[in-house]
Amino acid sequence: MSVTGIIFSNLHDNEISELTRVRTLASVPFGCRYRLIDFPLSNMVNSNISNINVITQYNYHSLMDHIGSGKDWDLARRSGGIKILPPYINSDASMRTNLSNTRLEALKSVGYSIAQMTSDYVVMADCNVICNIDFNDVLNDHIANGADVTIAVKRMNLDRAMAKANTLVFSSKEGRITDLLPNPTNYEGYADVSLNIIVLNRKYLQEFVLDSIAHGYSSITRDVFLKSLYARNFRIYRYEGYFACISSFDDYFTCNMQLIKNEELFNSFFGVEERPIFTKVRNSAPTYYSEDSKVENSLIADGCVIEGTVENSILFRGVKVGKGAVVKNSILFQDTIISEASSVAYTVCDKNVVIRNNVNISGHTTLPLYIDRGRMV
Amino acid sequence: MFQKKECIAMLLAGGQGSRLYTLTEKTAKPAVPFGGKYRIIDFPMSNCVNSGIDTVGVLTQYQPLVLNEYIGNGEPWDLDRTRGGVTVLSPYEAKGGKDWYRGTANAIYQNLTFIERYDPEYTLILSGDHIYKMDYSKMLDEHKKNGADCTIAVLEVPMEEASRFGILNTDENNKIVEFEEKPKYPKSNKASMGIYIFTTKVLKKYLIEDEANPESSNDFGKNIIPTMFADGCPMYTYAFQGYWKDVGTLTSLWEANMDLLGNPPAFDLYDRNFRIFYRHEAYPPHRIGKGASIKNSMITEGCVIDGTVENSVLANGVIVEKGAVVKDCVIMSDVRICAGAKLEYAIIDSNTVIGTNSVIGESKDKQKLLLVGAELTFPADSKIDGGLMIDSANIKDYIA
Repeated sequence: MSVTGIIFSNLHDNEISELTRVRTLASVPFGCRYRLIDFPLSNMVNSNISNINVITQYNYHSLMDHIGSGKDWDLARRSGGIKILPPYINSDASMRTNLSNTRLEALKSVGYSIAQMTSDYVVMADCNVICNIDFNDVLNDHIANGADVTIAVKRMNLDRAMAKANTLVFSSKEGRITDLLPNPTNYEGYADVSLNIIVLNRKYLQEFVLDSIAHGYSSITRDVFLKSLYARNFRIYRYEGYFACISSFDDYFTCNMQLIKNEELFNSFFGVEERPIFTKVRNSAPTYYSEDSKVENSLIADGCVIEGTVENSILFRGVKVGKGAVVKNSILFQDTIISEASSVAYTVCDKNVVIRNNVNISGHTTLPLYIDRGRMV
Repeated sequence: MFQKKECIAMLLAGGQGSRLYTLTEKTAKPAVPFGGKYRIIDFPMSNCVNSGIDTVGVLTQYQPLVLNEYIGNGEPWDLDRTRGGVTVLSPYEAKGGKDWYRGTANAIYQNLTFIERYDPEYTLILSGDHIYKMDYSKMLDEHKKNGADCTIAVLEVPMEEASRFGILNTDENNKIVEFEEKPKYPKSNKASMGIYIFTTKVLKKYLIEDEANPESSNDFGKNIIPTMFADGCPMYTYAFQGYWKDVGTLTSLWEANMDLLGNPPAFDLYDRNFRIFYRHEAYPPHRIGKGASIKNSMITEGCVIDGTVENSVLANGVIVEKGAVVKDCVIMSDVRICAGAKLEYAIIDSNTVIGTNSVIGESKDKQKLLLVGAELTFPADSKIDGGLMIDSANIKDYIA
């Protein structure tokens, strides 16, 4: 059984526009030392998928910088490994016409690469869903059911906002998909939510991508899946573990904070011994806590120097918190500096932010503040 | 095809490090963990890379498994190269017979073929038991400027300690005029750091001569260097300024770990322009719980701290439960310290479990450093005095 992975790096960019101004959703920092793409990527590697395509469109410098040769995920290979697929712009097309907004358009834009695939199966994943999952379980189900498409879902009790942010999947008792409902505006109650993790037979994928190019289709759910639900075998795979879906800046903030509060959630992502989450290695020293430091209830990456107070916060690699500085309920990205006697609360500081001495900054629990990359305050 | 190199490094990493006792029971000294996430060998390896040396031969002998695994293809140090890179050189059986490395000089002699492949003008000889950051390219510049056959890096030590070292007396141009091995009344305080740059063709000549001499103990310090000096070869010192520590004993290993603490620390690992590289393990960020207290300490990825940590260095994945107190300790990876346990002035090797409410070690003031080996389990309420060395062989004498 051979499997190819496809990761969509930009699909949900505009859902957290603050953080994606300078990067793809895939390279949005998350969980103290990771980027969102580390989750689908590690899941694939941990499921022995070593031939991975990352489809990207714009703002992908940070993504390329993060992935590099792929060696931090063991993906610097002679055969297979990781391949970043930026948009293919031919000489007579304007930039606009080639940019895609949907999963299907993204697939069409790399039609040539897809046509060349030879593996039996393809696993597709987005970067807005965070979980630690063994794709082999999904694949085994897919094969046992003789399915054409298997969509991983999680049963949840939804309010309207959550329903609107997701695709709902309805299925028969036997697990055969009967309907797909993308972003319904007035749904409440229990439903299976798509994790945007889709296993397909490679041949079927190639077939419908070609067909979609010919017909000018743009939505995989509306134009392809819904039309074939009965002609083809579409199945669900019920995922039982934890997952987090980031569909707004508030979600992003809450979900990070949940990692501090909910040890079970943290361990479900990071504590699975046979499936660690890999990320780019930065060779930071361990974190130093000075004589005056006071740190509680926080997640801290390596390479930080902490001389002040930190509570309920997430500090990425290389953050410095000066003497007398107070950081509460905040997320500080890589290399942020909080200078002496300053205070920061309910704030997300992007990379390389510098807060000078004696500055007090605060968002609110219902409205966390965001400070741009490299800003000096 | 081998590309010619100007300078290659030969890293002597075969030492047992018997004065580190159980820490080197199953690993060679250069592979002993240091500073939370490093191993001793990361320092000379990173120095090489930071000095622009991309070809390193690592000579192993004693318990090489962990060391070999750790070095692997050299990827953590960017030494996975098509031309050059890192090569592990172990003793081998040859047509004329087989031989272990009989001394530092013999080890290099047996690997002359390796050196010849790269045809380097200069050969840097390093050892794998010191903690320091050094740009060897500056030393090489001095070597070339002086037209030396051999340059020895020296550190100015306090005069009262000079009698513990090999001391080099020089003229005003740093040319060596006298060697004194652990002199009672030292004339200078320039102590040899065991770092040598040789002009390769001279080194080769002396290694071959030394090998032919049955009386020789085939050691750089005892044989090669004195012979070259006696022959009037131009030999110079290179004065190194900065932190340097031999971590050959338990106390010095503990002290070197403590030198990472403080602000600024005696030895700074935070300089992004001179990074120390290491083989990375995928641990998550560390978690600091409610009620935790951490003072003057280093904490590494994967730790979960709910207790109190003071003046200590904690490696990957160490768990300190509620009410536990860790003071003046060096804790290696994945050690679990259960609720209410109290640890003082100790080095604890990896994967050991300290049961609830145990009292391990004694106050640092008593100067009795405790060593606890790897993969041991201490039941609840264990009491272990300071100054002991506990390993899998003798643990049953100390626990109920």
